Amino acid sequence: MSTYIIKRILQMIPLLIGITVVSFFIMQLAPGDPVDLLAERTATAEERARIRSIYGLDEPLYVQYWIWLNNLLRGDFGYSYVRGRPVRDMILERLPNTVYLNAVVAVMIYGLAIPIGVASALRQYSSFDHTVTSFAFLGQALPNFWFGLLLIYGVALRIDIIPVAGMSTYGISLATHSFWAVLVDRLRYLILPVAVMGLSALAGITRYTRSSMLEVIRKDYIRTARSKGLAERLIIYKHALRNALLPIVTILGFEIPLMFSGSVIIENIFSWPGLGTLSVNAVFQRDYMVVMAFNVIGATLVVIGNFVADLLYVVVDPRISYD
Amino acid sequence: MANNPQSKQLTDKKQNMEKGAETWGQMVWRRFRRHRLAVISMYVLAILYLVAIFAPYVATHDFAHVDPINRLQPPSSEHLFGTDRLGRDVFTRVVWGSRVSLSVGFVAAGVAVLLGTVIGAVSGYFGGWVDHMLQRFTEIVQSFPTMFLLLTIIAIVDRSIFNIMVVIGITSWPGLARLVRGEVLSLRKQEFTEAARSIGATDSRIIFKHILPNAMAPVIVNATLRIAGAILAESALSFLGLGVQEPFPSWGSILNAGRNHLRYGIWITLFPGLLIFITVLAFNYIGDGLRDALDPRLQE
Repeated sequence: MSTYIIKRILQMIPLLIGITVVSFFIMQLAPGDPVDLLAERTATAEERARIRSIYGLDEPLYVQYWIWLNNLLRGDFGYSYVRGRPVRDMILERLPNTVYLNAVVAVMIYGLAIPIGVASALRQYSSFDHTVTSFAFLGQALPNFWFGLLLIYGVALRIDIIPVAGMSTYGISLATHSFWAVLVDRLRYLILPVAVMGLSALAGITRYTRSSMLEVIRKDYIRTARSKGLAERLIIYKHALRNALLPIVTILGFEIPLMFSGSVIIENIFSWPGLGTLSVNAVFQRDYMVVMAFNVIGATLVVIGNFVADLLYVVVDPRISYD
Repeated sequence: MANNPQSKQLTDKKQNMEKGAETWGQMVWRRFRRHRLAVISMYVLAILYLVAIFAPYVATHDFAHVDPINRLQPPSSEHLFGTDRLGRDVFTRVVWGSRVSLSVGFVAAGVAVLLGTVIGAVSGYFGGWVDHMLQRFTEIVQSFPTMFLLLTIIAIVDRSIFNIMVVIGITSWPGLARLVRGEVLSLRKQEFTEAARSIGATDSRIIFKHILPNAMAPVIVNATLRIAGAILAESALSFLGLGVQEPFPSWGSILNAGRNHLRYGIWITLFPGLLIFITVLAFNYIGDGLRDALDPRLQE
């Protein structure tokens, strides 16, 4: 197992370097001179030159990349050209909020999709199964930004306790309120974004669970279990379900980038103070240091997510050898 | 085909000639027709595309005509889908917007299929270090959350309609490249490839004439779903205000304009979103129908 982990980590290194190269050089294609953003409009040529050298913009590109990469490895993402603040601080303020939202959504959809998918597969062609598969198909085509706006119109504007924007009420914190009051407050803000993000992901994973389960219950070992006279419950939960869940672990890896992408739009609709709103603002303001940073961080989290999914797969499936 | 009386004689003759055998196209069509929702979807899309093509004749107003007195009017016989905050006719804007939303799918999917097929085919056919390098490159691109990559490229290019379509294509080829590579890997070891090579066919001839046509079925299915994905991506970008720029409408940008008027102008949001939903659903159903029709493993 440990050789497998080491091998897998070594494979990640060139991938991570590639990610930094793409993130850095793609921004060099951007039109305009960053000094225009940094310098006063009335700056003289000398002042501009001085700013250029302070930010290291007078160095050749590969030197700039090397300096940027070295700083990156020390956790220094440089300074925002627009805000003048360290990019690391801007990201650290936002990243936990995005991870928090996505984690709640992930727990919810896996908690719902797996039982629904299994139940649907066990009653294949029943009216329940038809309903589930049709809803899942519709859910995958539903534009989540539209669904979000409809929910705001249909639910939030009618029910006062469901807030439309933000992630907590100002002034309600553990310092001033009881644990339950804070929990209820935070949950209220989660309702809409989780409902919208959850629905499309739910549709995909339900469909996937259903087909995985259908495949497994036709296998010979299930027939063997039946012919042994085992109880149906035991066959389903012990023999079938365990095997049907294996491929679902791997799609966890594919889900992570999808969730980050989805979170850009959801955060924007519900003014969730996460990486998604930060990235859209950075794109509007052409704040290139921030854009490079969220690309590197987003892609790195995906690589780590895939790594964890691979490890989980080895853990849950004893047929896979580690070397 | 056979129900057209004029061509009946011809068809009969052909069928006699082939002794009941049907062409590949006929078989695909026969199997596709059994997927009722896919067939309905085809008709729905045909209507939507006709509307987009004949937009100037279908539209009831000028899409940029501002009429402040009639702002935020609910749907009526004069304004079928109501009016927006500037008093512009939403129906007209939806009709014109369909041109962007419905063409983005084909351009973006076309770019993605082209890039994905070439990269995947070269990677799978040549193997060795070429394959290794291309695989790593695909992996790197695939690591970026698509929306981040889209936003990044959108930040640095000029936001014209055509650029947006191409950028969506550029960010969505990796899945196709992997698919094509897998197909090519299994096809290049088969006897007909060996046979072609033994009579001296060049690499490009083998790839384009012998291997790719056999790998096309899953690519067609994937491309159909890709069209739906591209339509959603463009709507999302326009919704964020980073897509097609005012006053020219796309379904996403109409939604973006409607989001601040939910309470007193829900129709601005309702109709364009519904059309995105229907269009994406239709492409998904057609993709589903094509998968059933093209998959040789699903024999009757």
